Amino acid sequence: MATATENKTAKKERKGPKIPVLKREELILNDRSYNWVTERICGIVEKPQPWLWWLLFIPSAIVAACGVGFGLVYLVSTGVGVWGNTNRVMWGWPIVNFVFWIGIGHAGTLISAILFLTRQNWRTSINRAAEAMTIFAVCCAGIFPMFHVGRVWMVWFLAPIPNSNAIWQNFKSPLLWDVFAVSTYFSVSLIFWYLGMVPDLATLRDRAKGWLSKLLYGIFALGWRGSNRHWQHYEVAYLLLAAISTPLVLSVHSIVSFDFATSVVPGWHTTIFPPYFVAGAVFGGFAMVLTIMIPARALYGLQDMITMKHIDNMTKIILTTGTIVGYAYLMELFVAYFSGAKYEAMAFKYRLFGPEAVGYWTMMACNVISPQLFWWRACRENLWVVMGVCMAVNVGMWFERFVIIVTTLPRMWLPGDWKTYDPSPVDVFTFVGTIGMFLTLFSLFLRFLPCINIAEVKWTLPQSDPHFDDKEEIDDDGIVEISTYQKEIDNGAIKA
Amino acid sequence: MSTSVKKVYGYLAEFETPSQLWKACEKCRDAGFKKWDAFSSFPVHGLDKAMGCKKSILSYIVFFGGLMGFITGTSLAYITQVEIYPTIVQAKPANIFTIPAFFPIMFELTILFSGFTTLFALLALMGLPRLNHPLFASKQFKRATDDGLFIAIEARDPKFSPEGTKAFLAEIGGTSIELVEDDEK
Repeated sequence: MATATENKTAKKERKGPKIPVLKREELILNDRSYNWVTERICGIVEKPQPWLWWLLFIPSAIVAACGVGFGLVYLVSTGVGVWGNTNRVMWGWPIVNFVFWIGIGHAGTLISAILFLTRQNWRTSINRAAEAMTIFAVCCAGIFPMFHVGRVWMVWFLAPIPNSNAIWQNFKSPLLWDVFAVSTYFSVSLIFWYLGMVPDLATLRDRAKGWLSKLLYGIFALGWRGSNRHWQHYEVAYLLLAAISTPLVLSVHSIVSFDFATSVVPGWHTTIFPPYFVAGAVFGGFAMVLTIMIPARALYGLQDMITMKHIDNMTKIILTTGTIVGYAYLMELFVAYFSGAKYEAMAFKYRLFGPEAVGYWTMMACNVISPQLFWWRACRENLWVVMGVCMAVNVGMWFERFVIIVTTLPRMWLPGDWKTYDPSPVDVFTFVGTIGMFLTLFSLFLRFLPCINIAEVKWTLPQSDPHFDDKEEIDDDGIVEISTYQKEIDNGAIKA
Repeated sequence: MSTSVKKVYGYLAEFETPSQLWKACEKCRDAGFKKWDAFSSFPVHGLDKAMGCKKSILSYIVFFGGLMGFITGTSLAYITQVEIYPTIVQAKPANIFTIPAFFPIMFELTILFSGFTTLFALLALMGLPRLNHPLFASKQFKRATDDGLFIAIEARDPKFSPEGTKAFLAEIGGTSIELVEDDEK
């Protein structure tokens, strides 16, 4: 770098400092204009949907209606016993599904909050869809504990209200922490998602043709007019929401893991659970973001905004978190062996070689081995491989929760209690139904709301920099010279 | 009703690039205008300084919102579990040493209250929702949420003059200068 600067100075003989910079990889390809960004993203909402959209929407809606609708109506009218939960495995599939969906949501908050705080501008193209995914995943997750309480009409017992004997909830219980964590997570994610969308809803409002869309976008845009006196507060609000969501997202899955870790059950009672759950959540969530964004990108021609760089970054995060998760799996095994606690060792022996061992080895193959493909650039650049690995991770992360819950609870301390566990058809129905529900909500989101953050994408375009006009071209040596900066040095405003 | 007298909202001028808008804002600020605003479909970096805006007070409000959440969480858990009905479960004590078990509740309510405070305080500071605005009458202003960059100087501003302000906007590089009327009485 130093030599490059000197050479440059010698060649052109300019005064003052030359600022050596590496040329940044472009986040938005092909020098797109503001108007192009608006047209392309609003076009998704305004034009008739492609037939592939209907192919996604109609089956998903049917699956959602049959699975969640019929499954839950049957459950409520018959009793919670139609789920395969037994006396020993009182959590079973419903809690497996709950933890699975909550985990999916975490990538959305990670992208919108943590990547915002760390100034990762590539997040702007994917944060809206990822946040939507968070909201929908938490909706799916919420169904399970709500109906798992047995009498869903009594679900308000979860809220901090005393019962008729003036006894309050047990605030020392991780299950109540969970109620607070998940409801806070849902509320704050919704605020974050909606506030982020207000400027884009205003864009849709100003382009709307029909009276109904004018009315609805008009109401939800709150009368936003792009005022910079508003942007000034808005940006602070966005920063604050990012700042509070960052510890929030880490706390939510930590608290979910406390449900397990604070109990005295071999295989659960470990301190590694919180970080391991958070890493797993981010891992599974990113896989789900890619699973839905790669087809959406191809379907709506968003390749200039969701570039291969975005996919490359996300696959690297999957590789990192997948490796952390793999480390946690191995560390669990090591501690079970090294601690000399025979119940712990038995629990893991049962996981590895017991009747549910298929789940364990599926988890290992999908979560630890398959993401290792992303060490190779060729695999990160081949979208079929990326999709394949992401699908494997989606499956693997469900099996992780299955392994944690269903291979542990049937064999605890007393051999007389031991049972095998089988899910019931209603379990399967409800879970498949939530997948349908998730895809239905996501396709409606694509249809009615801007799926990429228009304002933030415009903000990442190089020409949106207020000093863009004063910048000179970056030359071959990667040296950029800013003439305003130079002028200020000449004026003596800044010392060189 | 062509004879009715309409109130003037102010002048609206368009600018080509964020750089021009930024420089024009500095000139507006230096000319001493107070009731004026810049409009863009994305936040232009550093424009608040160029406009002479003070730092947003939102973070102070949110701090107190978070503090309220913290106090609510602490009292909710402590008063109900220790004060009014000491509940002993899992052999955990019901006294001052129980507080660590309440950390998650305290933390989550701090976050929850901060989140809602951010939302409502932001709306209050921006004066939104406000579905009508004189500027929405302008045809070109529709582009403020697409690719248009505008400055509007209001007639309420003490320095506003029908001719002078128009000339000033032209001088700082504004194009398609338009007089915006206010339909409200």
